[in-house]
Amino acid sequence: MRNSTPATQPVRSSLSNVLWTLVRYREAGISIFILILVFVVTLRAPSFLSTDNFNDILLNISILTIVALAQTMVIITHGIDLSVSAMIGLVAMMVAFVVKQNPEMPVIFAVLLGMALGSVLGMFNGLIITRGNVPPIIATLGTLSIYRGLVFFYSQGTWINSFELPKSFKLLSKGTPLGLPNMVIVAVLVALAVYYFLNHTRTGRDIYAVGTNPDAAPFAGIRKERIIFLVYVLSGLLAGLAAVLWASRFESAQTNTASGFELQTVAASVVGGVSISGGVGTVPGVLLGALLLGIIQNSLTLIRISPFWQLAAQGLLILIAVISDKWILNRVERTNQ
Amino acid sequence: MSEYTLELKNISKSFSGVEVLHQVSFQLRPGEVHALLGENGAGKSTLVKVMTGVHQPDSGEILLDGKKVHFSDTRETRQAGIAAIYQELSLFPDLDVAENIFVGRQPTTTGGRIDWRKLYADAKNLLLSLGVHLDLKQKARNLSIAQQQMVEIARAFSINARILIMDEPTSSLTLNEVADLFRLVHRLREEGAAIVFISHRLEELFELADRVTIMRDGSYVDTCSMKDVTRDDLIRLMVGRTITDLFPKQDVDAGETVLKVDRLARAGSFRDVSFELRKGEILGMAGLVGAGRTNVARAIFGVEPATSGSIQIEGQKVAITSPQQAIKLGLAYVPEDRQLHGLIPAMPITANISLPMLFKYAQRGWLQEKVERKAAYDAALQMEVRANNIWQTARELSGGNQQKIVLAKWLSTKPRILILDEPTRGIDVGTKAAVHALMSKLASEGMAILMISSELPEILGMSDRVIVMREGHVTAHFSRAEATQEKIISAATQAVTIGSVQ
Repeated sequence: MRNSTPATQPVRSSLSNVLWTLVRYREAGISIFILILVFVVTLRAPSFLSTDNFNDILLNISILTIVALAQTMVIITHGIDLSVSAMIGLVAMMVAFVVKQNPEMPVIFAVLLGMALGSVLGMFNGLIITRGNVPPIIATLGTLSIYRGLVFFYSQGTWINSFELPKSFKLLSKGTPLGLPNMVIVAVLVALAVYYFLNHTRTGRDIYAVGTNPDAAPFAGIRKERIIFLVYVLSGLLAGLAAVLWASRFESAQTNTASGFELQTVAASVVGGVSISGGVGTVPGVLLGALLLGIIQNSLTLIRISPFWQLAAQGLLILIAVISDKWILNRVERTNQ
Repeated sequence: MSEYTLELKNISKSFSGVEVLHQVSFQLRPGEVHALLGENGAGKSTLVKVMTGVHQPDSGEILLDGKKVHFSDTRETRQAGIAAIYQELSLFPDLDVAENIFVGRQPTTTGGRIDWRKLYADAKNLLLSLGVHLDLKQKARNLSIAQQQMVEIARAFSINARILIMDEPTSSLTLNEVADLFRLVHRLREEGAAIVFISHRLEELFELADRVTIMRDGSYVDTCSMKDVTRDDLIRLMVGRTITDLFPKQDVDAGETVLKVDRLARAGSFRDVSFELRKGEILGMAGLVGAGRTNVARAIFGVEPATSGSIQIEGQKVAITSPQQAIKLGLAYVPEDRQLHGLIPAMPITANISLPMLFKYAQRGWLQEKVERKAAYDAALQMEVRANNIWQTARELSGGNQQKIVLAKWLSTKPRILILDEPTRGIDVGTKAAVHALMSKLASEGMAILMISSELPEILGMSDRVIVMREGHVTAHFSRAEATQEKIISAATQAVTIGSVQ
């Protein structure tokens, strides 16, 4: 990551130097935390390190990663998109309905339809925020309810179940023609695309600029409104993609699909070092954030923490991760000075 | 081809019903440095923003090379070859130095991919040609104000503009940096560029400008050739009245020592700093930006406490570890950066003034709003703050009025020792004279004042004694009589200590 490139240093052989160099990466704190967690969990449950379990984790975090990356772009502009979960719910329902009606339709159309529908919902968010001058948290809190309400309206309260969906659609997320499940490959492609976009295009850099000093953006010739509008459209687009994968993976579309998921996407971003005050955040960081969340969820079950405790334990681990990350970062900044 | 590169005709502009510019005209010739002069709030910055397309005029015409144009944003003006350094720093704190220079127009390869290698190479060459030494990968957030200003300047120069507008580019630069900047401006002028230059330092204008346009209260006053005017003419035109005394320092017999600093040090920022400050005295602290003056002030005020050495207040040895403690000991500190450390821009005037004394206005945890309001109102009145009402937020006020708020805030704590860090930076002549008069009055009433300033006329005009710092330690002490511009510059820039050590 360009922003986190360590200061160039003569290569020295001693292990401590190597570690020190590693620590200078912005993502060092969370990586260390992940390693410690993996170590501790493996001691209690050796099956944690099995290939099956690893595949399971990857499968579980694919959708989270895609939406967390969308959320990250929004948060970098000093915004937030709380409506992602409702967008997933609504798009999943609509796409599943269309697929049910047209079982012969190639699945790629389902994907494109989902992304198009998501983009429209995202545009609506973007318009409310830029044209209506509504703070993002309020605007997307409003559309969160509206979109969820539309799910009920659209479905009349009914679900679409596994037997109503064609096999090709169900395999869309889980098929492994390339060795890994399609869903994991899609997540990797999205991550690469977002990485390239944020680091190697002007528009991507404008996203950071708008987030770090919105007032200065016009002086630099950056069209702030357009950038903000764009990130919400992208957020909708990726939520739409995630919705199709979600419906395919869980082989259903329900009225409460992805309910509460928006907070997980925010958590993955923030744990991954994205600053809620804008201007700061990297793709590798968010990937690690999503990975950490996935590992936490997976391992709590493995080491047989009571399901009643799991949610609280999850929250606790997230807080510990964020605090230790801050602590390490402070240490690094002090030694760099 | 028109005689003028850029011509503004009868420009008017209002913001929410308040007319900020009224029928202002301005003509810029190729190859000239044209100064724009006026008090804070005279409309200079708004006029600049009209020229650069940030604001669009409500009425009036803009002519570029004699052709009527309309600028809808800064992209268009940039393409027309107009670059600007704005008064408020417009850097992006989380982007690095190199990217800040090229943000919004990073060099790209044919595929639209940003050419980072070229960007860093260009930035390096640009800074080299400007004579600026900065780490290209440093984030703007970590730069000092002077360094940030250099980045702003680099950004403006990177455009290869034929019209360069500089709104107070020197306000936080040291003498050397200013000299470098002037050399660049001269070079640009010789290449035929037209430069609009805004500064409150009149000396600079006489050194640099060919013509000057004076504005007052949003209106055009006059345009003259710099050769034909005197300093007094300019002040009269700008203020609309005559300011007789810019440095009204009264002679005061200094009383007993109030503050004694002995071999104070803080690892990494300053060392071995000793001086005494007496009752009724103004002690000027001169030096280059980055010499450690602000760090000493912050250490005395307990923001970043000293790591060794001692501080005595009225003969009592004290260990100041927090600003709260410093306030209770009768210290007040008016910081260098009003926006960042001096004010809470989003809060109203009242809350800003009452902030350090809230404990006095609160009883059993409840804020006595009436008492708070009265105290703030009195303080604002005493300082002659110009505002619509005391509920206006600090952000909406002009720079001079903001500084008055900060002063009002700290004076309301009734301090015995007042530390002023660049008290008149970026403030117009009228307010400046008012601040100086106030300092003189406070000193004559027995307050001890430590004044950090990078403006030599201010140091020479206001101080009873002067100490000079360089690279984290004190290099010279001068009495008012001994101090001269040359001696101070020499002590601030060279290792040789000149002057008597008292």
